[in-house]
Amino acid sequence: MFSTSFTWNDMLFLLDGAWVTLQLTFWSIMLGSVAGLVFGLLRALLPRASLPLAWVLDVFRSVPLLIQFVLFNSFKSIVGLNISAFSVGCIVLGVYAAAYFTEIVRSGVLAVPPSVRRASRSLGLSYLQDLRWIVLPMASRVAFPGWLNLVLSVMKDTALVMWIGIVELLRASQTIVTRIQEPLLVLCIAGLIYYVMSLVVARLGARLERRWQEND
Amino acid sequence: MFDYTFQWRSALRALPDMLAGAWVTFETAALSMIFGVLIALALTVMREAQQPVLRGIGNAWVSIARNTPSLFQIYILYFGLGSLGLHVSSWFALLAGITFNNAGYLAENFRGGLKAVPTTQMRAARSLGMSAFQAYRMIIVPQLLRVVFYPLSNQMVWAVLMTSLGVIVGLNNDLTGVTQDYNVKTFRTFEYFAIAAVLYYLIAKLIVAVARLMAWRLFRY
Repeated sequence: MFSTSFTWNDMLFLLDGAWVTLQLTFWSIMLGSVAGLVFGLLRALLPRASLPLAWVLDVFRSVPLLIQFVLFNSFKSIVGLNISAFSVGCIVLGVYAAAYFTEIVRSGVLAVPPSVRRASRSLGLSYLQDLRWIVLPMASRVAFPGWLNLVLSVMKDTALVMWIGIVELLRASQTIVTRIQEPLLVLCIAGLIYYVMSLVVARLGARLERRWQEND
Repeated sequence: MFDYTFQWRSALRALPDMLAGAWVTFETAALSMIFGVLIALALTVMREAQQPVLRGIGNAWVSIARNTPSLFQIYILYFGLGSLGLHVSSWFALLAGITFNNAGYLAENFRGGLKAVPTTQMRAARSLGMSAFQAYRMIIVPQLLRVVFYPLSNQMVWAVLMTSLGVIVGLNNDLTGVTQDYNVKTFRTFEYFAIAAVLYYLIAKLIVAVARLMAWRLFRY
């Protein structure tokens, strides 16, 4: 009853998929963090001028990710860009992450009380110094939990790239299921890998958060 | 480099079907939200309970729902239940998966909201002679819903976006499913999916607008 045709090689195949998932998460978070940081600062410091930016980013948050993948993938073929499906996944997920991270950065910067910034300016810091030494440390502590949540949610959303033909963890498990016909076991293993990956990231983040709070 | 002619007119001819699909999408999302809120309330109460078994179930549900992809949850329900001999339709798998996911996220929101309701409210209600259930129903939950109203409307938008995953397990009458059907018939991928994206955007905006109106009407004082 408990015999299974799930072999060690299948496990390695799943772990390969998990590695692709992690890579996708890493690159899209890198892209999303850099873009989101710039956009978020723009949104917080020039709220009027960057209003069109907010509308554009809002679109990325109100259209399903699956449709964004398909749209960008076909748009890429229409324009004739010759990039791999992996890069398409990274770009779409990165823009998606940027759309969310912009709001996180914005609320973080706005959480710094104006009186603190006025105090720093009246102590003789320039505008940029004020941003670098006062706003950045305070805002990053506010924004960090949001960023961590974003990392976790992007990691889960990478599962959708299977639709444009990248073999990541879920797609890998699907391939094995088609071969050995034991969906429950294979899917449970895949789920466990996702669960462990999220848990590790969450724990690391919580530890970092605690260390930051010690100095406050 | 750019030798592609967009065929918007033929794509727009599919609009009535896609609008019907949008209605299915909305219905599915609304149903999953209704069940999700009910289950999330139960989970919230369970996680506050003294009994370790109830608490364990509540915590396990929330952590599984929050730490695995929603697509994976739908897969487990569709393929996993199938291997146990329970063959469910793809629509049911989608609805159950989203409900599971919603309940997990909402339970976490509700826990935060519950902290915002002072514990003295519960004690006052009990000392006025209400049973625990009555106190929850008439005192705690209404105050809770006010605190979590915005997260709730956000989750509704999320639920609409998540219904697009149904197409991966073979659902073909929701908005994405209809779009995909037209796509495989005509290979006008960009046009059809662009229209679907616009429709999803409109649905999301509509939900946000209605939620604003409701909040304005409900929480006036």
